[in-house]
Amino acid sequence: MPRSLTFYILIAQRLGIAAVTLVIVSFAVFFATELLPGDVAQVLLGQAATEEAVAGLRQAMGLDEPAIWRFLSWLGGLATGDFGMSYVSNIPVAELISDRLSNSLRLAAVTTAISVPLALALGIGAAMWQGSLFDRAVSILTISVISVPEFMVATLAVLIFAVWLNWLPALSYGAEAGSFGAMLKAYAMPVITLGFVVSAQMIRMTRAAVIETINTPYVEMALLKGASRRRMVLGHALPNALGPIANAVALSLSYLVGGVIIVETIFNYPGVAKLMVDAVSTRDLPLIQSCAMIFCVSYLLLITIADLTAILSNPRLRR
Amino acid sequence: MISVLRTSPRPGGTGPTWRFNWVGRIGLAMILFWAFVAIFAPMIAPYPIGEIADWDYFGPMSGQFWLGSDYLGRDVLSRILVGSRYTVGISLAAVFVACAGGVILGMVAAVMGGIFDTLLSRLLDAFNGIPSLLFGLVVVAAVGSSIPVLVLTLAAIYLPGAYRFARALSVNVNAMDFVTVARARGERTPYLIFREIFPNILGPVLADLGVRFVFIVLLLSGLSFLGLGVQPPNADWGALVRENIEGLSLGAPAVIFPCIAIATLTISVNMFIDNLPKKIRDRSE
Repeated sequence: MPRSLTFYILIAQRLGIAAVTLVIVSFAVFFATELLPGDVAQVLLGQAATEEAVAGLRQAMGLDEPAIWRFLSWLGGLATGDFGMSYVSNIPVAELISDRLSNSLRLAAVTTAISVPLALALGIGAAMWQGSLFDRAVSILTISVISVPEFMVATLAVLIFAVWLNWLPALSYGAEAGSFGAMLKAYAMPVITLGFVVSAQMIRMTRAAVIETINTPYVEMALLKGASRRRMVLGHALPNALGPIANAVALSLSYLVGGVIIVETIFNYPGVAKLMVDAVSTRDLPLIQSCAMIFCVSYLLLITIADLTAILSNPRLRR
Repeated sequence: MISVLRTSPRPGGTGPTWRFNWVGRIGLAMILFWAFVAIFAPMIAPYPIGEIADWDYFGPMSGQFWLGSDYLGRDVLSRILVGSRYTVGISLAAVFVACAGGVILGMVAAVMGGIFDTLLSRLLDAFNGIPSLLFGLVVVAAVGSSIPVLVLTLAAIYLPGAYRFARALSVNVNAMDFVTVARARGERTPYLIFREIFPNILGPVLADLGVRFVFIVLLLSGLSFLGLGVQPPNADWGALVRENIEGLSLGAPAVIFPCIAIATLTISVNMFIDNLPKKIRDRSE
């Protein structure tokens, strides 16, 4: 498919912005954690440490070097997979994170696999029967989910499925689930909660994207020519709404990043987010920095993909 | 001609009006209710917040404890009433800082244009690339949690959005004839910003303030829920949920009602904003 010059410029611009953002983000993450009142060496050794001990540790950790130099070597370490040592447990951060990361990714993947088809079906359906009882019910439900905190969705899910219906265990997470059924039960609650949060956004954006296409003259033409409502939406409007819908999907999936922090904490799920929240309470800086970078990079990746699909699918940029 | 355009009265009845529909009125009533509670909380709370009034923990709803008792046997109703001060107060302070900063910067960028506009827009866009809850986590990890830190952090997180919104509106107003005329008259930037642009973007900016208030309430509750927001012995609504989360498997009212309090506040603000009179919401009509 031949593309116009503007198209390539837009793509290059978007990727450039992503790269600049990444640098600024890593800068912010590194220096925010450097703002710690007092000095890391002091904090690690506690109040009773002698001046000499603190100075020795400071030198051993390289803290007497200029901040910008430490920033650069930290960035270089990240790029080569060396995340540093955890202050608290003295284990390489990479080792701490690797298991947790696969757990979190699995949670995200299962949630995505379930919520994307569901949200698309509901969003397109609501747009197709716009103004109907179904549409209004879906709208009210999604608005309610969006306007309450994630932990409330989780709380309600626990109340309904664990306390009242007694189908699922409440807040415990069995690390090594024996059977398939047990595994399903362990995943159900986090996935339901995350799924609700992510789908609500996706349904709203999908519905808006389809309705915007339905309101264009050529879709009206299809209706005037006698196409049925279904044919009008699925055959004429949907192909042109695919770009905005893909954009909506990627954008809503970026809500996973915030949602997963709450969900892993409330359900005690052993993922990166739980690791990071625990690291915040013990002030384990290298661990916090690495986890924060993982989240920032995945968030940035998703919103960049969202923007790129919007550019890629814009037919006006084809020649 | 220009003065006629700016002051021409609208024909009554046909144009947008100041009237609210009933959904908006319910929203407004709930907002006023929580505002009243936040101001007078210590006077209307039935028990002192720290007092362990019930021998039972996670007690049920009763005549003595309307919303039950919490994990230490304290009265939940009193704690929610007083907690409203933290949730509403911190969020209001943060949203005012965020919107004042964002709107002023946005108007300045729109009027000045050029390199200042480009640099500021790019920089603030980059800050939008950090997930908000994560930013809060990192800052709290670094400097510790206190109420001024919370207000500033929340404000910093939502300033770029307010900036982007105000800038887009101001760019439109800036292109209008009356601004061109004012500029031709030789008016300076501060005059242009506060006398020509600001009155014309005020309505949408107020609506935006409401939307951002909801985001801030949700984020503050999220941080407090993680134990990184308002610190004990004080507690906002998010912290109340955290304190009592153990009672969830018992279906204790202590964990449900703080959630409901958050939901009533955020949903009613959304209802109010969505049903604002057209006259406030968008001036272009």
